[in-house]
Amino acid sequence: MTKSELIEIIASKQPQLSVKDVELAVKTILDQMSNALAQGNRIEIRGFGSFSLHFRSPRVGRNPKTGDSVQLEAKNVPHFKPGKELRDQVNSGLKKGY
Amino acid sequence: MGALTKAELAERLYEEVGLNKREAKEMVEAFFNEIREALGHNEQVKLSGFGNFDLRDKKQRPGRNPKTGEEIPISARRVVTFRPGQKLKAKVEAYAGTQS
Repeated sequence: MTKSELIEIIASKQPQLSVKDVELAVKTILDQMSNALAQGNRIEIRGFGSFSLHFRSPRVGRNPKTGDSVQLEAKNVPHFKPGKELRDQVNSGLKKGY
Repeated sequence: MGALTKAELAERLYEEVGLNKREAKEMVEAFFNEIREALGHNEQVKLSGFGNFDLRDKKQRPGRNPKTGEEIPISARRVVTFRPGQKLKAKVEAYAGTQS
């Protein structure tokens, strides 16, 4: 499922809203989520899961083409931990044969 | 600031998109429910600019009860993984602090 498919599905179930409204809403939700993480905040969505940052220490990497070593800065990477409801739903999908 | 929650997302939809409070709340619920629904049907979810939710089937493997040391198999299961997109990774990389 892509973002535009998600927008269509939500719009079809919310007939009082235009596709444009849903499009803007989905974009706003994703922007808010990205911005929260970019500011170092967590996202906690009950029943779905939580997003947080994981810290990566600085390290010496290598350019795979030339073999030269390069100093890589410390950075943060986004991390998602699925919540129980999501884990259960996905796992029961397996048992139902999806 | 604390963690971003569904309540706060709904508040933003009310303020920025002009949905009424009920619509805003329903929209946030629908957003996460539809993603969960797709994943429940073994369908990958790709949100460009944000990231992909992928599914992986794990085989049964031997495990152990860490308390008793007793061997118990970990059953076959399907798990969700999140792969952040380039845009999100770049935004987050720049955050200088260490995670709270």
